[in-house]
Amino acid sequence: MADVLAFVEQRDGQIGGGAREVVSAAAQLASGIGGSATALVLGGPGLAAAVEGLATAGATSVAVGEHEALAEYNPEAYLRVVVNHVRDGDFKALILSATSLGKDLAPRVAAELDVPLASDVTGMDAQGVVPLFIRPVYSGKAFARVSIDANLAIITIRPNVFPVGEYGAECHLSKFTPDVDPATWRVRVIERKDTVEGVVDVSEAAVVISGGRGMKDPANWGLLQELRDVIGPDAALGASRAVVDAGWRPHAEQVGQTGKTVSPKLYIAVGISGAIQHLAGMRTSQTIVAVNRDPDAPILSMADYGIVGDLFEVLPRMTEEIKALKSED
Amino acid sequence: MKVVVCIKRVPDTETHIRISETGTDIDTRGVKYIISPYDEFAIEAGLRVKENMEGGEVSLLTVGASEAQETLRNGLAMGADKATLLRADSYMDGLGTAKALAVELKNSNAQLILFGVKAAGSDQQQVGPMVATLLDLPCVTGVSSFKFGDTVVICRREIEGRVEVVEADLPAVLTITKGEYEPRYASLKGIMAAKRKPLEEREASFNQSGIRIEKLSQPPTRGAGRILEDGPDAVPELVRLLREEANAL
Ligand SMILES: Cc1cc2nc3c(=O)[nH]c(=O)nc-3n(C[C@H](O)[C@H](O)[C@H](O)COP(=O)(O)OP(=O)(O)OC[C@H]3O[C@@H](n4cnc5c(N)ncnc54)[C@H](O)[C@@H]3O)c2cc1C
Ligand SMILES: Nc1ncnc2c1ncn2[C@@H]1O[C@H](COP(=O)(O)O)[C@@H](O)[C@H]1O
Repeated sequence: MADVLAFVEQRDGQIGGGAREVVSAAAQLASGIGGSATALVLGGPGLAAAVEGLATAGATSVAVGEHEALAEYNPEAYLRVVVNHVRDGDFKALILSATSLGKDLAPRVAAELDVPLASDVTGMDAQGVVPLFIRPVYSGKAFARVSIDANLAIITIRPNVFPVGEYGAECHLSKFTPDVDPATWRVRVIERKDTVEGVVDVSEAAVVISGGRGMKDPANWGLLQELRDVIGPDAALGASRAVVDAGWRPHAEQVGQTGKTVSPKLYIAVGISGAIQHLAGMRTSQTIVAVNRDPDAPILSMADYGIVGDLFEVLPRMTEEIKALKSED
Repeated sequence: MKVVVCIKRVPDTETHIRISETGTDIDTRGVKYIISPYDEFAIEAGLRVKENMEGGEVSLLTVGASEAQETLRNGLAMGADKATLLRADSYMDGLGTAKALAVELKNSNAQLILFGVKAAGSDQQQVGPMVATLLDLPCVTGVSSFKFGDTVVICRREIEGRVEVVEADLPAVLTITKGEYEPRYASLKGIMAAKRKPLEEREASFNQSGIRIEKLSQPPTRGAGRILEDGPDAVPELVRLLREEANAL
């Protein structure tokens, strides 16, 4: 057997869009090496009801580990359950999403199983003799094609990059109750606070609208918010470091070298010059739009579409036009 | 408190990256090297621990070529007390690096082991939690600030859409991200003092790398973008292109 295991993340008992990407990536890899894709989901009681969409994304079976103490991520608890599941099965590969959870968990699993990890993969070639994985290095200034020589290949995939496939809905669901003992945890979350209630995080959003110093004043962010609202719930606001350092926006929104790496379907840079450290965080976006009044701004040479003009005139117009477009849909 | 900070020598993030003739590495001619930016945050965090507690010590640890001595000196100039270079001349994947570091850290008696959240260049975000797992130590990743309780370290981390406060038993491993620890500049005095601080060099215990770079290439070029010059009047055309050509709306 050459099965591929997709580790699927839940948040508040919900399976997000990123989960389907992981499952489809697993199905893509499995078809290349002659096996099938199966998924593992961990969470609190009642989770099994939420996993329906995983079948059409390519999973032939889904194992759901339910335990009250797994409702929220704990690295030590999740590590044990995942490692046991991998040891009990017969997998050639394990795929996780490169979210903060995936980036925290995957290296622990790899070290525990003594196999290497290819992080933040953005593409794969599963048809050859050995599968090759493509990952950006030097903050996207080069791409490495890597092979993994180990009996288990572990990879994390960058969110928003892998397409979600359409597969038959045949899927075997199994439930189990893992052994979890919070008394043994040496790492404990003692407080949790949502910062962007009801809005997706910039690192996972399908559309990112980022503002830079050209916005002039934090009071002008309403213009970006209006644009985000007409684009929809998959859109999030980002920021350049200049405006984060100035205290106009929270660090959680910063895109770039020392902020977040994003790969949305659409990235809109408004009043951002396009310094190399900013480009490092968004250059693998599918479509890049820049609004800048300086025709020589470096961001315009990275953009697929650019508008040279005053953002204070362009933004309201964009909001208006996109609103009109959406109302026709 | 004994603190060890693991740092990596990486090409300056402003460097233009060219691919070497072998096609599996970068062309290092003319490349300037720096301490990886997040590792500088980690050094800063370590120095502040020492400053806030009495009898502390901050040591630096790296795996790399002999040239990494220079990187360690730069960290010593910031204020660290001593440094160790585990010499390895060929490519190591994250697990190989983690194993080499773990062998050294095992008997270090460190209460706190700090990493950058990711190394610029390899961009893996894996070595820290791997070392923690190999040493069976508690680990918190992506920490933007931390303080100590009696037997614990209390960390703040910002993840997708939320802020968490996480407590870990000591000794612990933390990976540091941008937050409170804006790195200090080395003073002239610091640079002079660094020359006399202990710096040891030893062979790294080397493990076969399971990840092989088959080919390194320039990023796929983006087709020349379409730049519309007419300010707000270009918006309807932009929106049409985004919907019909780019399929992005
Ligand atoms: C180690 C290091 C790490 C860094 N990490 C990051 C990072 O993670 N993320 C990041 O973003 N930066 C980072 N930087 C900073 C980076 O180098 C730039 O300084 C920063 O990105 C600039 O922000 P900006 O584009 O908003 O501002 P500016 O460079 O000042 O650009 C403002 C732009 O707005 C345009 N503009 C002004 N008014 C208008 C108007 N009315 N209409 C339209 N356009 C207008 C201007 O033409 C200009 O292009 C880092 C730097 C270093 C040294
Ligand atoms: N060769 C190395 N020597 C010492 N520390 C390293 C080395 N490589 C990585 N690290 C540490 O591990 C962190 C994460 O690196 P990476 O997993 O490669 O992104 C870095 O920020 C360093 O703190």
